[in-house]
Amino acid sequence: MKLVILDYGAGNVKSVQFACKRLGFDAVISNNAEVLKRADKVIFPGVGEASSAMKKLKGKQLDHVIKNLEQPVLGICLGMQLMCRYTEEGTTQGLGIFDVSVKKFAPTVKVPHIGWNTISGLKTSLFKGVSEASYVYLVHSFYAEKSNETTALTTYGVDYSSALQKANFFGVQFHPEKSGDVGELILNNFLTL
Amino acid sequence: MLAKRIIPCLDIKNGRTVKGVNFVNLIDAGNPVELAKRYAEKGADELVFLDISATQEGRQTTLTMVHDVAEQLNIPFTVGGGINSVNDVEALLKNGADKISINSSAVRNPNLIADIARQFGSQCVVVAMDAKCINNEWIIHLAGGTIPTRKELFHWAKEVELLGAGEILFTSMNHDGTKNGFANEALSQLSKTVNIPIIASGGAGTIQHFVDAFHIGKADAALAASVFHFEDIEIADLKQVLSTNNIEVRL
Repeated sequence: MKLVILDYGAGNVKSVQFACKRLGFDAVISNNAEVLKRADKVIFPGVGEASSAMKKLKGKQLDHVIKNLEQPVLGICLGMQLMCRYTEEGTTQGLGIFDVSVKKFAPTVKVPHIGWNTISGLKTSLFKGVSEASYVYLVHSFYAEKSNETTALTTYGVDYSSALQKANFFGVQFHPEKSGDVGELILNNFLTL
Repeated sequence: MLAKRIIPCLDIKNGRTVKGVNFVNLIDAGNPVELAKRYAEKGADELVFLDISATQEGRQTTLTMVHDVAEQLNIPFTVGGGINSVNDVEALLKNGADKISINSSAVRNPNLIADIARQFGSQCVVVAMDAKCINNEWIIHLAGGTIPTRKELFHWAKEVELLGAGEILFTSMNHDGTKNGFANEALSQLSKTVNIPIIASGGAGTIQHFVDAFHIGKADAALAASVFHFEDIEIADLKQVLSTNNIEVRL
């Protein structure tokens, strides 16, 4: 299997690559459109600020490439948020794959949301074998709203989408590469889809 | 619900863990990768590595160590000690660290916090604060509590929050090493002062101390070193007790 991790200069791709390796999958790190198109699976990670990350994607004309991929794509953290329609962070238009808005947490809770929280209402094969209310590791200040594309919910002040899916596109707000055994199970589910 | 975090802290010198770690069946207690994995298995939610290397060569070895740990560890980890610039941060993150922790360099140059946050996001910036209570005032100290500054803990906390810090790691120099419990009053005041997570450090001796840090101190996470390294407290037992005290933990 040709597994490609998209590196567009926003975030720690190394941890994702290491996690795949621990599961026995060698991943290529690339920002080349042709390499992405030819991949069997693509992981779209991301940490940092949304508008500058989106600018980096557009600068490399990767926004259109990602949207038109037909193989399974997994967006992680900011990657997932950029797959949404719009994010309040830097008032950024996203890729619009998920018809969902991304909003800032209200100051009624501590922001960023850092640490281990539970996922529930689990849907789709991404969560095969994962128990309801399993703990995953999250670090973020903005959240994707609940929608009919939601495949996992987390509660932090509000109920929000900690996972989304539409056709071949999967998104997770949490970091499967940092979420212990549960995270490895979820990542493995994606890699063996 | 968001769980309270338990964070063992490991001192690193020239790429090796120092301070006697006393695990049974651990072939090489100085090997940070082996120790990190063992802690992850024991139920640690996160790890902090504090680089106490005094030389440039020592720091270079730390980068290799960070890479090796990231390769093997499936929980997040923070690296602190000797970070003075955005370049230092970039090197650590590129090698797989999830967060970095800055202390004296932030006091000397507060804008470093903003520079790191802008480039890599607030989520990776932990500002560590060593404070000593003198005449009812919590004064920030540098160099392991030996050098007092003009900064006061709560003002400094507010300032770093505004500059873009993602978390505060507060060590009470009055409590550190005493095993008499955390500085719960100051912790709870800190929690009221800022709206970013607070990691409690300094003073852990018993399981009850952790219960108090969360209940009274309102901490979001608690960090300790020797009680874990010498197995005075097993993380699994600690989390069980926290759970029976209605404190949310990842079991």
